[in-house]
Amino acid sequence: MNQHNIQKVLLLGSGALKIGEAGEFDYSGSQALKALKEEGISTVLINPNIATVQTSDGFADKIYFLPVTPYFVEKVIEKERPDGILLAFGGQTALNCGVSLFQSGVLDKYNVKVLGTPVQAIMDTEDRELFVHKLDEIDVKTIKSEAVNTVDDALNAAARLGYPVIVRAAYALGGLGSGFCDNETELIDLASKALSFSPQVLVEKSLKGWKEVEYEVVRDRYDNCITVCNMENFDPLGIHTGESIVVAPSQTLSNEDYHFLRKLAIKIVRHVGIVGECNVQYAFDPESMDYRVIEVNARLSRSSALASKATGYPLAFVAAKLGLGYGLFDLKNSVTKVTSAFFEPALDYIVCKIPRWDLGKFHGVRREIGSQMKSVGEVMAIGRTFEEVIQKSLRMIGQGMHGFTGNRDFSIDNIDKALAEPTDKRIFVIAKALQEGYSVERIHELTKIDRWFLFRLANIVETNREMEQHDSLDTLPDDLLKQAKSQGFSDFQIARAIFKNNMNNHAAASSDSVRAHRIKQGITPVVKQIDTLAAEYPAQTNYLYLTYNGSTNDVEYLHDHRSIVVLGSGAYRIGSSVEFDWCSVNALLTVKQQGWRSVMINYNPETVSTDYDMCDRLYFDELTYERVMDILDLEQPKGTILSVGGQIPNNLAMRLDSAGVNIFGTTAKSIDNAEDRNKFSAMLDRIGVDQPRWRELTSFDDINKFIDEVGYPVLVRPSYVLSGAAMNVCSNDDELQRFLRLAANVSKEHPVVVTEFIQNAKEIEMDAVAKNGEILAYAISEHIEFAGVHSGDATIQFPPQKLYVETMRRIKKVSSKIAKALNISGPFNIQYLAKNNDIKVIECNLRASRSFPFVSKVLKINFIDLATRVMLGLPVEKPHKNAFDLDYVGIKASQFSFSRLQGADPVLGVDMSSTGEVGCIGDDTDEAILKAMLSVGLRLPQKGILLSTGSPRQKADMLDAAHLLHKHGLKIYATGGTHAFLTDNGIPAIRVYWPSQDDMQPQALQLMQNHEIDMVVNIPKNLTPTELSNGYKIRRAAIDLNIPLLTNARLASAFIRAFTTRSQDFIEIKAWDEY
Amino acid sequence: MRNHRRAVLLLEDGTRFEGFSFGHESSTAGEVVFNTAMTGYPESLTDPSYRGQILVTTYPLLGNYGVPPRREKNDVSEYYESDAIHCRAIIAQDYSFDHSHWQADRSLAQWLQEEKVPGVFGIDTRALTKHLREHGSMLGKIIIEGDNENDIDFYDPNKENLVAEVSCKNVETHGDGDKTIVLVDLGVKHNIIRCLTRRGVKVIRVPWDYDFTSIPYDGLFLSNGPGNPDMAEKTVINLRKAIEIGKPICGICMGNQLLAKAAGASTYKLKYGHRSHNQPVRRAGTNSCYVTSQNHGFAVDNNTLPADWEPLFINMNDGTNEGIRHKTKPFFSAQFHPEASSGPKDTEFFFDEFIDAINKSLQSKL
Repeated sequence: MNQHNIQKVLLLGSGALKIGEAGEFDYSGSQALKALKEEGISTVLINPNIATVQTSDGFADKIYFLPVTPYFVEKVIEKERPDGILLAFGGQTALNCGVSLFQSGVLDKYNVKVLGTPVQAIMDTEDRELFVHKLDEIDVKTIKSEAVNTVDDALNAAARLGYPVIVRAAYALGGLGSGFCDNETELIDLASKALSFSPQVLVEKSLKGWKEVEYEVVRDRYDNCITVCNMENFDPLGIHTGESIVVAPSQTLSNEDYHFLRKLAIKIVRHVGIVGECNVQYAFDPESMDYRVIEVNARLSRSSALASKATGYPLAFVAAKLGLGYGLFDLKNSVTKVTSAFFEPALDYIVCKIPRWDLGKFHGVRREIGSQMKSVGEVMAIGRTFEEVIQKSLRMIGQGMHGFTGNRDFSIDNIDKALAEPTDKRIFVIAKALQEGYSVERIHELTKIDRWFLFRLANIVETNREMEQHDSLDTLPDDLLKQAKSQGFSDFQIARAIFKNNMNNHAAASSDSVRAHRIKQGITPVVKQIDTLAAEYPAQTNYLYLTYNGSTNDVEYLHDHRSIVVLGSGAYRIGSSVEFDWCSVNALLTVKQQGWRSVMINYNPETVSTDYDMCDRLYFDELTYERVMDILDLEQPKGTILSVGGQIPNNLAMRLDSAGVNIFGTTAKSIDNAEDRNKFSAMLDRIGVDQPRWRELTSFDDINKFIDEVGYPVLVRPSYVLSGAAMNVCSNDDELQRFLRLAANVSKEHPVVVTEFIQNAKEIEMDAVAKNGEILAYAISEHIEFAGVHSGDATIQFPPQKLYVETMRRIKKVSSKIAKALNISGPFNIQYLAKNNDIKVIECNLRASRSFPFVSKVLKINFIDLATRVMLGLPVEKPHKNAFDLDYVGIKASQFSFSRLQGADPVLGVDMSSTGEVGCIGDDTDEAILKAMLSVGLRLPQKGILLSTGSPRQKADMLDAAHLLHKHGLKIYATGGTHAFLTDNGIPAIRVYWPSQDDMQPQALQLMQNHEIDMVVNIPKNLTPTELSNGYKIRRAAIDLNIPLLTNARLASAFIRAFTTRSQDFIEIKAWDEY
Repeated sequence: MRNHRRAVLLLEDGTRFEGFSFGHESSTAGEVVFNTAMTGYPESLTDPSYRGQILVTTYPLLGNYGVPPRREKNDVSEYYESDAIHCRAIIAQDYSFDHSHWQADRSLAQWLQEEKVPGVFGIDTRALTKHLREHGSMLGKIIIEGDNENDIDFYDPNKENLVAEVSCKNVETHGDGDKTIVLVDLGVKHNIIRCLTRRGVKVIRVPWDYDFTSIPYDGLFLSNGPGNPDMAEKTVINLRKAIEIGKPICGICMGNQLLAKAAGASTYKLKYGHRSHNQPVRRAGTNSCYVTSQNHGFAVDNNTLPADWEPLFINMNDGTNEGIRHKTKPFFSAQFHPEASSGPKDTEFFFDEFIDAINKSLQSKL
C-alpha cells in the first residue's frame, strides 16, 4: 500500500536539544521510523544526538551521528542513495536543511523524493512575505507586517504601523531574535540583533492581549482534512506559545468560535497544500470574532507532540504514513484499533502544559518572558477539572512548588507590576494577588488572562482558605476534603492548610497523616483511560491518568504481581534530559522482553517513554511520593525501578522504602549513604578512598579557618541561596565575602559546604553496572576540559585517549571498592579528579547517569539492559568486550542555548548551563571532535579568529593551537596580553582593543560586527566577577552576532587542532554499525 | 464551599450515580444519552432532536462560556437551534459557576432555571458513558434531594410521537427567492433554515403531517427530528407522493430515515446512537471523507435499500448508513448534520448540492 513505491528513506533528526527544539523531535522521529519500519522500508537516520531513543538499536537501519547540515546530509545521500526523504520530523533544523538541499538541487541530483508536504509549501509558510501573500489569496487575515532588511527600514515600518510592534526574524527557531518594542530605542537594539541572525526581519503591529489558539491539522493527498486537537494559551498573545501555560482543548471558545477557527485552519492547510501534519496558530480577539493567523508550521512541532500526548492521536506516525501516500481512510485509530484514523479525538478530560524554566542557572539573564522562548522543558497534567490539572502541573515542573497554594511565602515589591510584566513566576504572583484580595477583574486588567482561568484559580485559593479554618483533620468535613482533592490539592498542601506552621519540621509525617486520614474516609483517586473517543469505543491501550473527579477505575487490577514499575525522569531541565528518557525506555523494553508487565510513570510530553506504545501501562502522572504510592497501591507490582530516571525518582528512595515498597536494585539505604555527604565521606574514609577536603560550616570564622588549611580557590555551596547561582568558586577573601554576604545565608540552620578546589586536574567519569557489589561492566571516560567545568557542560572522550594506564587501574580499583561497600546492584556513576595519578572521588550516584547512552552506544553494550536484568534478578554474564578493544573514539559535546537567553553570560562554570548534547564517533580524536563541534553548531572560521586567552598558563596552553591557526592561514586578532604573548612567541597577530578602551582602534566588537572575525576564543582568567565582566561584552556579542565562541582553553585547543589538521572533506561518512 | 442540593441519577437497571444540582431543582425522567462533543451546549440543549432525553456530556467541564442572548434574526433564533430547551436535563462532571465570553448574557445555570430544566454535576460521566456503551441507551430519572424517587416514573420518549410535539403547528415562510423549497419540520434545527435561506431560496416550513404536495415547490427538504422514525408514518405517506412527483428531495437525520422508509427500506435502533462532533463518514465509492456532527439513535438498514437506491455515505467507524440516494433521480439525504451547529461545518456543501439539484431539475424542464 506504500503508494510511491519507496524502498529506502532518509530521516533528518533535530540534533542536540536546545531551547526551542527539544525532546519532542525524538518522539516525532521515533514514531516516523516505526511507521516506516511497519512498511518494510529501509531507514537511514542522521542525528548526532546520541542520547536519543531514535538513535538506538532497532529504530533505524542505518544511523549516522553527523551534523544535520546540507554538507553532511549530501554526503550521506551520496553514499546511501535513498529514494525518499522526510524533513518534517526534525524540527526547524531538519526543515531548513531540507529546504537548502532542495534549493541547491541536491535532492534532484540524487533523485530523492521529498515525502509529505512539498518543499514549495514549506517555503510558502516559512518566508513571511510569501506566507502573507499565500493567505491573502484566500482572504485569510495575517498579522500586518513589513519585511525589512535594515534597521532604518524597520524604524520606518514601525512608524507606519504604530508602536508597540513585534520584531521577528524569518527562518528562525521558536522566535529567535524576536521581541516587542515599545519605542525606537528598543527597536534599534532588537532589529540590529535580529538582522545578524537573519537577512530579513519582520516588523508587525502587536496584538498583545488577544487570545492565542492553535489547531493541529492533518491532511492526506486525497484532500481529506482533520483537526486533531485545538489548544488555548492561558497567557494571552505576547508570550511565545512555548513560554505559555497551555490547555487542551480550548476552554473559553464557544462552539461558534471553535468551528470558525477550525474551518479556517482547514481552508489554509488545503490552500498551502500540506500532506501530513501542520499547526496553525491564531490570535483571536477576546471581544469579537476577529482573528489573525500568527503562523503555520508545516512540520511536526512541540505543539504536535503535546497534541499527540493530549489526545492519544499519534500525529507523527500518521504523518509519516501519509507521506508514503496513504489516505487517512486507510489507517486505523491506534488506540481503539477498530475505528478509523480519519476522525477528531473527543477528550473527556483536560490537559495543561506548563513550561519549565531554568533561568536561575544563568548570570545576567532577564527573567521577563515574552515573544522569545527561554524555557528548557515542559510538563503536561491530565485531569477532569482545570483546578486539578493546573495544580498537578505546578508540582510537576519540579521547582519546589506544591501546587497553586501552600508554597513557601515569597515577597513581591509591586504585585501590579509583577502581574503586568510577566516573568517565569507569574502564576505564583497571581496566587499571591488572589490571597491579598485582588479581584478577578483587576487581575484580568493587568494580565489580560481570560477571566475564566482566573475564576478557576480563585476557586483554589478559596478552598485553601476554607481548609485553613480548621486546625485538625477531625474537624475537616469530608466534603471539603473531597473538594480539595478534586481541585488537585496534594496531601502536603492540605496538611499545610490544616497544620500551618506546626508542620515545618515534619512535613512528611504531616502529609502522611492526611494520606492515612483520607484513605480511612475512602477518599482515593481513580484511574482513567485516554481513549481518543471519550468512552464511545473501548480502548485497546493503557494510557492512564489519575483523578479525584470520578468514582470508578477504568482498569481492572488483577493484583497478580506481574507488574514492574519504572519511574521516569519528569520535565527536561538543565541537568536532566533526553538521556534519562533513553534509560527509561530501555529499562521498559527489557522488562517487557523478560515477560513482565511494564509500567511507566512520567509526565513529560516530549518523551518517548510517555508513548503508550512503549509499555503495557503508562501512567501519565506525577512523580511525587503521594502519586507514586497511589499507583503502587493499585498496581501492587513485583518491584519498582528508580535508578533509570535521574534524580527525581532517586530522591524518592528513602520514603518509598519506609513505606514498604520493593525497590529493585541497590537498596534505599545505600542510595542514602551515597547521597548524604557526611555518610558518604565517612564511608570513603573507612575504605581508604581519597576525596577533596571539604567541610560543612556554620560561621564565617569556621570558613576562614578551613580555608587557611586548604588554601584558595575553594568551591562554596550554601544550603540556602538568596539569589544567583547555587554554588561558586571563590579565589580570594574578597570574593568569598561578597558571595556569601550577597548571595547566601550562613547560619546553624543554613550551613555552607566548602570544598578545596583542585586546579588543573583532570575529571574522569566512571559509568558502570554492578551486581551484588561486583562490577559487571564499566566505561571510563575523560573530560577534555579540566575540572571546574560542570560535567554536564564538559566535552567527554570515550574511550579515554590521554589517561595514564596507572590512573585507569586506580579508578577501576577504587570503583570496585565503592561498589562493594555500597553493595550496588544496578547502574551507577562515579566522578573522579585525577592529577599525577592521584585520584579523588567527587561524587557518586547510584543510578544511571547522563553519559549512559553515550558510553553504551560507543561501546555497543547496552548498560541499561544489563542493569535492568541485574535488577530483575536474572543471571547476567560479564560482557567480554571492553573499551581497550575499540579502534575508534567517541566525543560527547555540549549544546548551549545562550542565544536564546538575552543577557546571559555564556561562560562555563561549576553550575551546568548546557541544554543538550551530541555524541559523535571518529577514527581518532580529531575527527570525532570535529564532527561533534560542528554538530553543536560551531562553524569553521574562514577569515579571522579573535584570541584573548586568559592567564599565563592558559596562554601557554593555547600556544600550539595559535601556531596551527597561523599555519592554517587564518588571521589572528588578539587583545593586549595575548597579543604580546603571541608576538613574543613569533606568531603574527593583529592587536585589537576591549570595549573599555573605547578610544583605541581597531575595536574587537567592530570587527565582529563587520564579520571580519568569525570565531572567538575568550578564556576568562578565572571565575572571579571582575574577570567575568571584563570579557562579558565580547562573549555576549559573539552570541548575539552568532559567531562561534569557545571559552575553555583545552577545548579550544582540541577543536583548533582538529580543524587545522583535518579538512571537513576528509571526515569519514560512516554509519554507527560501520565502527 | 458552595452549598448544593444533592441529585441522584437512577438508571432503569438500578445503577445509581450521585452528584449535585446546579439547574432547576425539580426531579425528572427521560432517556439517558451521551454526547462526546467538547463545545456546543446551547445548541444541543435547544436541538429538538434531544426531546425527552437526559443529555450526558462526556467533556467534563460544562458552562465555561455561559449562554448567548435569546435573540431572533430573520424569524429564527440567532444563537439557538429552536425556541426552547428540549432536553429533559443535562449532566456533566464539573460545572463552571463562573463563565466568561463576550457574547454571553447569563450563565448556563440561570438559563436552566429560567427554562425549568435540571442540571447535575459531580457525576463520573466517563463511568456513566461506559455503562451506556456496554448496556445501551437506557431510561433514567434524576431525583433532587428531598424528592422521593418512587414518586417519579421512568419515561420512555421513544414510545411517544415526539415529532408531533416539536414540529411547527402552522405553515410559516422564511427567506425569499425565486426558488421555493418546502421544508417539512420534523423538529427542525434553525440552522437548517439559516443554511437554506442564505442560499437565496424561499422556504415554506410545514408541519410534519401537512400534505405539502398541495403546494407548488421546486425542492423538498426533510428536517432532522427526535425519536423513533416509525412514529412519523404520516410524513412517509406524503413523501411517497413526493417521490412520484419527482422533484428534488433532500433530507437530514430523521429526514434520511423517513426518505429511506418511503423508498421501502427499514430502520433500527442503534445500541447507544451517534452523538458527537467527530463522526467520520466516507462518500460511498470515493476517497472523500468528512468529519460530521451527529445526533441520532436510529439508523437506516443498508441491506434493506431497494435496488434503485444506494448508500450515499457510510460511517467509517461502524459501517452504518450515513445517507442514501436514488440511483437516477435527485433524491438524497444524510444521516449526519451538514448544518452542524453545533459541530464541524465540513459538509455544508450538502446544501449546495441540493440547490444544484433543483437548478438542474428546473433546467431540464425548460
